[in-house]
This record gives sequence, C-alpha cells and structure tokens, in this order.
Amino acid sequence: MTLHQMNTGQTGTVVSILGGRRLMQRLEGLGIRPGKKVTKITSSPFRGPVTLRVDNTQVAVGFGMANRIVVQLDRYMSGDIITR
Amino acid sequence: MTHILLVGNPNVGKSALFSRITGTHIVASNYPGTTVGFTKGYFKSGEERVQVTDVPGTYTLEPTSKAEEVAVEMLKDGDLVINVVDVTNLERNLNLTLQLLKRQIPVIVALNMWDDTRHRGINIDVARLEELLGVPVIPTVGVTGQGIKELVRRFPEASIPKTTYSGSDERWARIGDIIKQVQSLSHHHHTWYEHLEDASNNRIGGIFVALLVLSASFWFVRFVGEGIISHIAEPLFEWLWTPLLMKLSLVLGSGGFWHNILIGKLINGQIDYSQSFGLLSTGLYIPLGAVLPYIVSFYLVLGMLEDVGYLPRLAILMDTLMHKLGLHGYAIIPTILGLGCNVPGIMATRILESRRERFIAATLISIGVPCAALQAMIVGLVGQQGWQYVAMVYGSLFISWLIIGFILNHAVRGFSPEILVEIPPYRLPLLRTIAEKLWLRISEFIREALPVVLVTVLVINILYIIGIFNSIANTAAPVLTNLLGLPKETIVALVVGFLRKDVAIGMLAPLALTAKQLVISSTVLAMFFPCAATFVMLARELGARDTVKAAGIMIVAALSMGGLQNLIL
Repeated sequence: MTLHQMNTGQTGTVVSILGGRRLMQRLEGLGIRPGKKVTKITSSPFRGPVTLRVDNTQVAVGFGMANRIVVQLDRYMSGDIITR
Repeated sequence: MTHILLVGNPNVGKSALFSRITGTHIVASNYPGTTVGFTKGYFKSGEERVQVTDVPGTYTLEPTSKAEEVAVEMLKDGDLVINVVDVTNLERNLNLTLQLLKRQIPVIVALNMWDDTRHRGINIDVARLEELLGVPVIPTVGVTGQGIKELVRRFPEASIPKTTYSGSDERWARIGDIIKQVQSLSHHHHTWYEHLEDASNNRIGGIFVALLVLSASFWFVRFVGEGIISHIAEPLFEWLWTPLLMKLSLVLGSGGFWHNILIGKLINGQIDYSQSFGLLSTGLYIPLGAVLPYIVSFYLVLGMLEDVGYLPRLAILMDTLMHKLGLHGYAIIPTILGLGCNVPGIMATRILESRRERFIAATLISIGVPCAALQAMIVGLVGQQGWQYVAMVYGSLFISWLIIGFILNHAVRGFSPEILVEIPPYRLPLLRTIAEKLWLRISEFIREALPVVLVTVLVINILYIIGIFNSIANTAAPVLTNLLGLPKETIVALVVGFLRKDVAIGMLAPLALTAKQLVISSTVLAMFFPCAATFVMLARELGARDTVKAAGIMIVAALSMGGLQNLIL
C-alpha cells in the first residue's frame, strides 16, 4: 500500500520509495526513508498534498510523491504474526 | 580574518543564533526557507575580527534547490562551521552533521531549541554525543541567548574528526547507533498549541482557520494602518510640519525655482500634501505619512504569521490551486512577502526548486501582487470614491494573476516539482522578537525607499520645469485615450511608475479623474511594469532574457486588463 492509500491516523513503516536517486535524497533529508515509522495526519481533496508525521516532524508530501512511498501498516504486521 | 559559517537544516534557528552571536539583527521566522541569500555579520574575538555568515538551510550537502546550492557553494570558503541542530529532531539533523564531518573543515555543534526538549519528553546525553561525534556539542536557545557565550568560548576546540562511514546506508546505521546511545524519550503532554495544530490540519478545520486568519489579518492591517494615519501621521504633519513649511515658503518668496522644488505649488495659498509635490511637502508625506503606517501594520501582522508558523499550513491548503498556475503551494510564501515589497518576494522565489517555477512565480509577483506602498496609496486615493472601486482594483489584479499563471503553466516549458516541505510546530512568538523584526523592516523601508521617493519627486519637478512631459504625453495620447479612456496627463504617472509606484499613484491625485479612470489607472500602474528596485531584482534572479520576456508579458497584460476595464466598467 502507498502513503496515499493509508487512512488518516494510521501508522506504518516505509518499505520502499519508487523513484530516482533525487527523490530518495529529498525524502531522506526530511527523515523519510525505508524502515521509518510514519503516521498519516491528513490528506487533501483534488490531488492535494498528504501530511504525515515522522519522528517529531510534520511533513507535507505532494500527491504524486505520496503515491510513490510504499508503506506496510503496523496493525497488519502484528495481525500477521498472530495468525501464524 | 576567520570566517565562520552557520550551517544546518531549514528552520532550526540559524538566523536567531546569528543575531545573538554578531549582534546584527536579521529576519528570523518560523518557517523553512526564511534565509535565501546569505547574511554576513562580524564580531570581535579578542583582538581578531571574525566574520559570521548565516547560510540558507539545507537538509543535505547534495543540493535540491537554488537556496541549498547557495549553501553548499559557501562551504568552500569557510574556516569553521557551526552546525546548528534542532535537538527535537536529532536523527534527521545528524544526517547533515555527519555529512559535514566528512568535509575538511572544523565543526562545532549547537544543539539548538534546547528549551523544547523538556516538554517534548526528550533527554539527550550531551557529553556522550560529544564523544561520539568527536567535536564540541553545546546546548543553545537562539531566541533567548542561552548557551551562546559557551558556544563562542569553545570555538577554538572545533576540530575535524576522523569519519567512520562510507555511503548513505552506513551513515544512517551510524546515526541510528548514536541516537540509541544518547537519546531517551519519556512521556510528553500534548500542549494546547499541538491541539491547535491538529485542528488546522483537519480538512474542514483548515479552510475555516485560513478564512479566519486571512480576514482577521486584512482587518487588522487596515485598522492599524488607518489608525496610525489619522491619529499620529496626519496630526504630526498638520500641527508640526505645515507651520514650518509655511514659514519656509514665505522666506522663499512664495514662488520661484527653489520654492517649486522644495515646497511645490501652493493650493489656495496653502500646502496640500496630496497636490503640492515639493520635496519637503509631498515628497515626505507620501513615504512617511501615507505609506509608512501601512508598512508598520502589514509587517506587524506578517511577523506574527511568520513566527507562529502559520504560512506553511496556508501553503498546503493552496497547493491544488497553485498547481493550476504551474507552481506548488509553497510559492504562496514569496507571494505573501511580495504583498509587503516585491523585492524580497522575488528573492524568496529561490525556495522553489525549478527554474520554470521561479520564472512563473517572479513574473506573477511583479504583475499581480501590489506592494504595501502601492496598496496604501490605492486604498487612500481610490477609497475616497467608495470601497467598491478598491475592490475592483484588487479583483482585477487577482484575476490577472490567475489567468496569467494559467497561461504560463501551459506556455512555459520545463517541469514543476511537487511540494515537499517540513511543517514547523506552532510556536508562541516572543513579543521582543516580533518587535525587533518589525523595527528591522521599518528601518529598511526608510533607508531604501525614502531616498528613492525623494529622488523621484525631484526628477518629476525637473522634468516639469524642462517641459519634457508634454511631448511624452502627446506621443502616448492615442493609446491612453482610445484604449484605456484616460486623459493624456496620466502618462506622467505611468512614466513615474518606473521609479516608485506609490509616488505615481500620488500623481493621479491632482488630475481629478473619475472613479472609473482611477480604477483603470491604478490597475494599469500596478501591473504594467515593476518599479526600478524590483526590476533590478528580477534581472538578478532571472537573467536578462527572461526579464525581457517577463516585461513583455507585463505590458501586454496591463494594456489588455486596462482596455477590458474601459469596455466593461
């Protein structure tokens, strides 16, 4: 699932970023990189930006970028472990 | 001379620290990208004069915007780096720190915003961090000055440590290791402004808050501006200045060359500040009596919005609209700065990533965004005819801004990236920092604008005396009367608009224009060409070719809009 598809309030872990080196670098500078926990705070209508929290920072990410950040929901992970 | 650089992520308080270290006050705000150029200051360390440079914020040493490029470029000629770190976001900030440590330049770390750690429940082992990084680490609070003496005292200890990583994966592993050893988190309470943050992040709440903030701001700017004019500026001019000028007028014999230059025409034997047009009458009244009150009220409100941290939130709300204009939401920040003065507004377009965005944003600012000086004069002059006419001017400018942006988005080649920006926490601004910043901007206005206004008024008088305006007026008459429906004398104001737009609007006052003509001439004046200072800044930021293009767009846009108004109104 991508950051864009998450519901607001959900927390997940970044799995990968589908983009070039430049995008990776820009996101990394703001603390968004694979392995980090992110919480989605808001989304906006009409392809507007998504805001998320990573550590102590709130970051606004454009609609297209939010579609290229792949996350795994935390709840799904723990549920997965229990069913096993 | 030793050269010290202040380097760090955006919005970590570099500018506040700079002011503290050098005693030179510069504009600091609560949003990323306040500093886009570089500011130099000096202080004495023993006998030696030390130069300090406030470098624009950057997340990495591999730059992604013009402002970040400036930052990396400057690293080359520094002798010492003060790496300013936001201690509440240690992990992200250390990414830049470790990159800095790899450069062959001594580093000292300022753990800034130290006062924020307690209520956020963050505990940092400073001694251990110092040991792990191998450079001095000093907790500081830029806005209050805590820790600054200690920081300066330990400058000599700054060093180049051996770095122990290669490549970004190893760097992040190393950062993770450091964080684990120095940082522990305890429970923290939600503060009241964190609740407010949540409210303005909410979609409906956000729009509601924006409407509230913007309308309150407009009301406040006008209320305070008008208040200063009618209770302070006008009485001062009337009771103190006018009697002095009348005496001077008598001494000069109530007429003649010097009388015309200094005092101007007497209207019914009296000085009329809106019509006399002498250096000491209108030349002083426009900047100090009519414009300065609005400069004070505008920058007071802007300073509060900046320091609270509201502007980036507005940027997010505006993002979708700005995309239609080939920009993204963060372009609203240069635009809002442009409402004060176009010069810093255009300079602030450096926070945008691509050249295409900077061209569109700068062109839109110089066409559709009237500066505070121009607005004060429009409100003063057109407002006498009724508020609906002021609304027509603003409406026409806004529509032009939208349409031109829409066209440029389709016409200009290149690509506009998406918004990616850190949203700062809301902060309660300190009264003292607001006051200092306001004072800084007011004195800048007086220093930079006042001389230009006086020169402009002088040039007008000399050109009148030589009689050159008549020939210009006659040449331009067909365009003015046929297309715009304006009397040919208005050309004088349009020409003066090249120098100062507030003076140009002031020149419309004696012409006895109708309300419709006032609306048209104010709109055309606002759009058709930037003032001299803005033009210089445009040329510097865009280069000669794009400036010519932008100027062409301005002239076409201004004549089209003016012609349209002439047909419709």
